[in-house]
Amino acid sequence: MASRQLTGNPAGRGQAVGVVARLAAAPVLPAEVPAPGPADEEVAIAALGSVVADLRARAAGLDGTARDILDTQIAMAEDPALVTGVRAAVAQGRPAAWAVHDAFGVHVAALAALGGYLGERAGDLVDLRDRAIAVLLGVPSPGVPVREEPFVLVSTDLAPADTVTLDPAKVLAIVTAKGGPTSHTAILARALGIPAVVGCAEAESLVDGDRVVVDGTRGVVVVSPDAELADRVSRATVAAPALHHGPGSTSDGHPVQLLLNVGGPAEGEVDAEGVGLFRTEFLFLDRTEAPSREEQRRVYGEVFASFGGRPVVVRTLDAGADKPLPFANSDDEPNPALGVRGYRVARRRPELLADQLAAIADAAADHGADVRVMAPMIATAAEAREFAALARSFGLSRVGVMVEVPAAALRADEVLAEVDFVSIGTNDLAQYAFGADRVLGELGALLDPWQPALLDLVALVAEAGRRAGKPVGVCGEAAGDPALAPVLVGLGVTSLSMSAPALPHVRAALREHTFAHCTELAHRARRALTA
Amino acid sequence: MPSRRVTIASPTGLHARPAKLLTEAARKQPLVIRIGRAEDHLVDASSILAVMSLGVRAGEEVLLTAEGDQADRVLAELAELLSHDDT
Repeated sequence: MASRQLTGNPAGRGQAVGVVARLAAAPVLPAEVPAPGPADEEVAIAALGSVVADLRARAAGLDGTARDILDTQIAMAEDPALVTGVRAAVAQGRPAAWAVHDAFGVHVAALAALGGYLGERAGDLVDLRDRAIAVLLGVPSPGVPVREEPFVLVSTDLAPADTVTLDPAKVLAIVTAKGGPTSHTAILARALGIPAVVGCAEAESLVDGDRVVVDGTRGVVVVSPDAELADRVSRATVAAPALHHGPGSTSDGHPVQLLLNVGGPAEGEVDAEGVGLFRTEFLFLDRTEAPSREEQRRVYGEVFASFGGRPVVVRTLDAGADKPLPFANSDDEPNPALGVRGYRVARRRPELLADQLAAIADAAADHGADVRVMAPMIATAAEAREFAALARSFGLSRVGVMVEVPAAALRADEVLAEVDFVSIGTNDLAQYAFGADRVLGELGALLDPWQPALLDLVALVAEAGRRAGKPVGVCGEAAGDPALAPVLVGLGVTSLSMSAPALPHVRAALREHTFAHCTELAHRARRALTA
Repeated sequence: MPSRRVTIASPTGLHARPAKLLTEAARKQPLVIRIGRAEDHLVDASSILAVMSLGVRAGEEVLLTAEGDQADRVLAELAELLSHDDT
């Protein structure tokens, strides 16, 4: 078969070769209800049985919490009430798949009505229902596919809920039809260190079993690659030679703190100076109510302990836009990226932020950890003052804010007067400065971090930091780009925070330049007419 | 009918795992066991979906009933299970 090439936005770095497995959507019952068959009851009950068998097979290899979760799901799928419900629906003339849908309906509604932890289990039931219906309709089971062999995950888009359960040992690469270079899929792929191409509209033509080469550096997918290319990619080792270790600096010793962006505890030995961005959203996703203060305290404590004394910057809940949470956001905003998101949620639900700050302070005290907090989506110095006062009232002495809104960059002096540090989120800053939705692959060029106007905003903030004698970091995707890192340092940025796989590359890149050369690179980048 | 009142010890109430432990234990018994907040609102204790749908929280008191041979022994066993937080 002749090979063909698809293009999209480059996301996670590197190349991989593998076989496509598509993320399956939840099955949809056809609008037209067919006539009932003679064996609908047995067929429907057998479908429930095959869902249980599949869950048992998956549970067999697990232990701990994951095992408990699956065991409970199995118990629900085996509940005699479902069989009773199926029988009743079939008796009323409903075909097998519809009978399953009806049998689950009353239980889904009953659990959802309870809210809280039990309400969340309604989602588990919906998952069971969809798996059984998928069996009956002869379509793939919903969600991330389960395969013996590692695969290339292909989907229209990935929800944050899908991405948190991804097993990096099984996913060789990710290709999505939607999403820009700073979408969550792209960020996750970089965090996991796996190649990804996003915003690749033609990816919709890929089917299970297609053999592809994914080039996450160039944003290219080659379908049915020739043997030579496939061999070359499969032989190439991804591990970068670790030429340098320890704290970051330019070749002439100008220090640049190199920090990690994380969503949980450190995995293994970490060669970084600390955490520049601890995203706390992962704890809140997939919930109908906020986790309790005690649960937050425990989870944050695990993260603090895992970085053993190194500074950790915790970003308070950044809900909204592409990470909506039912208890924090309202779903009827016409323009959620410009809506009540990030720090703004505290106007509507002040107790969410207060609980979180209390839990962070408790966990910091539990572990004697060096913890700082920062708020996302700060637009004005007044908001920065308000947040700083609140955080300090919980005993958190080092407080910062994110600079993502151009208004905050333009007023960086006033913002910095209220806080101890700032961290620039280049992804959202680009989205707001260029008026370009970061999830639209088509607008990727406007979101390029080399855009001179974006670098101008970074420079404004860095200069304000220098005047105030306060640190200015970058924790957006730009910080993990080895080519751009020296430019950011030249603009006056004092720390760079990025995903773990990017860090050795950035460290090595900085060691190739003197600070004076970084400054020169920064001037050149800002003088350019285009990205 | 033999019955017994018991206070739920699990700090999260009769949620997924505690509910599963109860229904597993109930299913092993040769009797029909029912559970609920009040006598006129009882559900099948061997159905995890029915038990979870009660939405019983920690510290709430529930009523267990059973009919048949050794009902008292069975109820004592189940009450023991619910009054200990080994989940």
